[in-house]
Amino acid sequence: MDTTNKNEGRRDFLKKSTALAALTIASPALIKAGDNDEKIAAYFEKVPLELEINGQAYKLSVEPRVTLLDLLREQLGLTGTKKGCDHGQCGCCTVHVDGKRINSCLSLAVMSHGKKVTTIEGLAKGEELHPMQEAFMKHDGFQCGYCTPGQIMSAIGCIREGHANTAEDVREYMSGNICRCGAYPNIVDAIMEVKKGGKQL
Amino acid sequence: MDKNNLSETFFADDDRVDGLAKVTGKAKFTAEFKPAGLTHAVFVCSTIAKGAIKHMNIYEAKNAPGVIDIIYYLNCPAVPGYKPVDRIANPNARDFTGLKVFHNNMVVSNGQPIALVIADTYERAVHAASLVKVEYIKEKSETDFDKNKFNDKLLKPRPEYVRNQKDAWKNAEVFLEEEYTMPVETHNPMEMHATIAVWEGGKLTVYDKSQGPKNVQGELGRIFAIDEKNVQVITEFVGGAFGSSLRSWPHVHAAVIATKKLNRPVKVTLNREQMFTMVGYRPQCWQKIGIGASKDGKLTGIAHHAVSNTSSYEDFTEGISSVSQYLYDCPNVFTTYKILPLDINTPTWMRGPGPGTGCFALESALDELSYKLNIDPIELRLINNAEVHPQSKLPWTTKFLKECYALGKEKIGWHKRPTTPGSLKEDGMLVGYGMAVGVFGAGRNPATAKGILKNDGTLLLQSAVSDMGPGTSTAMVKIGSEQMGLEEKKVRFELGDTDFPTGPTQGGSGSATAVGSAVIAVCDAIKLSLKEIAIESIAGFKNVKPENIKYEAGKLIAANNVSIHFMDLLKETGKPEVQVSKSSSSFAQRDKYATNSFSVHFVKLHVHPVTGVIKLKHMVSAADAGKIISEKTARSQMVGGAVGGIGMAMTEESLIDHRYGRYINSNFVDYHVPVHADVPPMDIVFPNQPDYIISPTGAKGIGEIALVGVAPAILNAVYNATGKRVRDLPVTPDKLI
Repeated sequence: MDTTNKNEGRRDFLKKSTALAALTIASPALIKAGDNDEKIAAYFEKVPLELEINGQAYKLSVEPRVTLLDLLREQLGLTGTKKGCDHGQCGCCTVHVDGKRINSCLSLAVMSHGKKVTTIEGLAKGEELHPMQEAFMKHDGFQCGYCTPGQIMSAIGCIREGHANTAEDVREYMSGNICRCGAYPNIVDAIMEVKKGGKQL
Repeated sequence: MDKNNLSETFFADDDRVDGLAKVTGKAKFTAEFKPAGLTHAVFVCSTIAKGAIKHMNIYEAKNAPGVIDIIYYLNCPAVPGYKPVDRIANPNARDFTGLKVFHNNMVVSNGQPIALVIADTYERAVHAASLVKVEYIKEKSETDFDKNKFNDKLLKPRPEYVRNQKDAWKNAEVFLEEEYTMPVETHNPMEMHATIAVWEGGKLTVYDKSQGPKNVQGELGRIFAIDEKNVQVITEFVGGAFGSSLRSWPHVHAAVIATKKLNRPVKVTLNREQMFTMVGYRPQCWQKIGIGASKDGKLTGIAHHAVSNTSSYEDFTEGISSVSQYLYDCPNVFTTYKILPLDINTPTWMRGPGPGTGCFALESALDELSYKLNIDPIELRLINNAEVHPQSKLPWTTKFLKECYALGKEKIGWHKRPTTPGSLKEDGMLVGYGMAVGVFGAGRNPATAKGILKNDGTLLLQSAVSDMGPGTSTAMVKIGSEQMGLEEKKVRFELGDTDFPTGPTQGGSGSATAVGSAVIAVCDAIKLSLKEIAIESIAGFKNVKPENIKYEAGKLIAANNVSIHFMDLLKETGKPEVQVSKSSSSFAQRDKYATNSFSVHFVKLHVHPVTGVIKLKHMVSAADAGKIISEKTARSQMVGGAVGGIGMAMTEESLIDHRYGRYINSNFVDYHVPVHADVPPMDIVFPNQPDYIISPTGAKGIGEIALVGVAPAILNAVYNATGKRVRDLPVTPDKLI
């Protein structure tokens, strides 16, 4: 019998026991909403979040359990960052936080408070593509295109870290980004070309 | 064939037409559409493999924050298409055989969707799903393939094939008999399956990750008794599929059930674990091959037996042992095939279905035979090359397999291959070379396309197909551009919408020939229309017959050298555009020709003599795929197939704990798909010889032959390096020490 109940707790506690306390500290507007303990619980469960995404400042209120990936995709409409496993195992969700590549599915949105996030949508300058985007097109570093944003973000990180000195290095340090269509040799060619181009990324 | 003419000239600029959308994050995949009022739904799945749901407590989940509804067998509206069909009223109708989602309380596999939790946010749906409590009446389940593969009580035999003598191989001068096994392989495209269904005003709109939007439209129309014209399926971009989106799975039905019940848009997304239990897989397979030849290498007999698994509720078959009927010229062939129903979900076609599995065994056996005969493996294949189809005796439309051997052999450096296994070392590593052949059916399915040629010099093409990655749009733009003499950037191909003319499901390497032929038919019809307009309206063309007008680089040229560009023609006659829809039929000459595409894969690898770790060093694939329409994307498709073959050979294996009938490695950490570090430099070569008998595109198809034959090539190279013959996939290091 499947009776696991691991996720209950905090919210129910809030709903059942703090509604009264909430009434004493909340604004009149909230007291009105207090007719519905659900809304109070929701109010308390959201936390403020300020961050910069692709150069734009955001002031948000999010549930602490929301991942950076789901915030981008579901709440901000930045669907260029992809979900391939939700467990940090495939790299589809790679973004840059303060310039470093991370798996956004393994990062709660609130952990990026005060930080600068760059997604695939923030790479090109207007019509001018980032050199890595151009190289991926030139070398056909994708087929279906689903892992591509993660590969590109990761590739830039790989060069920045100094891990793209040889093709063998690139293969090793890009191995967290899975491509099921199997565009790997083309991706390696694209990264090596950008690396040799020597531009500051 | 002129050896200097192996490659035609390709377009200088071969970038994918949808590349920009893909590298900028603008390409929109199914789960990324957001119709107003969208709700989020996730499944609760069974945790037993067989039995019934005794009780499902949804109370707590239903009252969790943000939950809109929970649909399960007790409250699921009846689905009209799940009822047995009335055979008297509709003699041609067939019962729906797939999993009838939420239809009753029966459990037929572990991971079966048993409830759908719909909430206002994704997080709330996931949380609420964890609160659903289920009690089961458990029955003994059977998921163990190995234990039951010879169980005659369970096995369902398919028709046998006998050509002359069944067991001639046993009397051959040189022969062997061996068994070959492979585990369940799971497609695992990077984009997880998702469906968004919107039921509004009697119209159903479905965003679906599908290889065949028209197929989904038809099925949903039938299952939910909605007129097909009120069902629209949109599949703009597909993040890989490899066969897993060839049919509609339970989640597609569940999304429709939910949107109809709630009158709100519903998005159902699967997680990675559910990708192992809901959208098919390549079935587990046991094969036995007996093969014999005369001392000079002429095959005298092959017996090829196969057993693969299916589910308890559907019979899934693929042409596994049948590959031995036609790949080589052999007088005596006997093949059998049986399926074993197990308490797991239904398998489906996975890239290279049938021959992918069959060639693993046949091409391994042939390699083994070559060592027994002391004949080079390529030479052995050339000795037995089938000049005509061995069963039908029909000629192939085209067959450039011999050219593939020659091209690939040179590229891999076959002359360096040690004839004695385990005798060559490089940097302390054992070195091995191996090769194997791949084959798949070629042909042409019916398709329809629409073309709109505008007076601004652009051509818009449309067909209701989808593109899971091979580059269908790119290929169609190239064909349209070549046909109409237009620059590629002036041609656009739109797909992925059932409002467009009917196109085939993308599968079996058939998109280029089918849709390409329709595009050519459209372009021919547009040219004819232009000629007719000129004859009617332009002085120099009066009384000229259409067949006496040439069309070249956008210009109509009459015999008297009067010419006019179509843009001027349309402008002068006040026509903004010419619009036509045309169909192309299926390949009709099956009684005159055999139709196949072929590939030969070559591998050079290292094996660590102590640890058994394999390091691939170089791979070469040569493919007789007909005319190569787009070199860049064709090459990528071949590379991708080879990577899939690396997975089949070395890493992939879905494992079930038979006590629970449950997958134990349903994630990317434990199910190993090849990563960057596993993949060596690759070379792809094409004879590039058009096949205009199959279709006017000249193409034969690439998708399957890119993978079929790769795994045995790797295994054969492992034997060449180590002298150890592994007949049980995948070849992990433990099998070499």
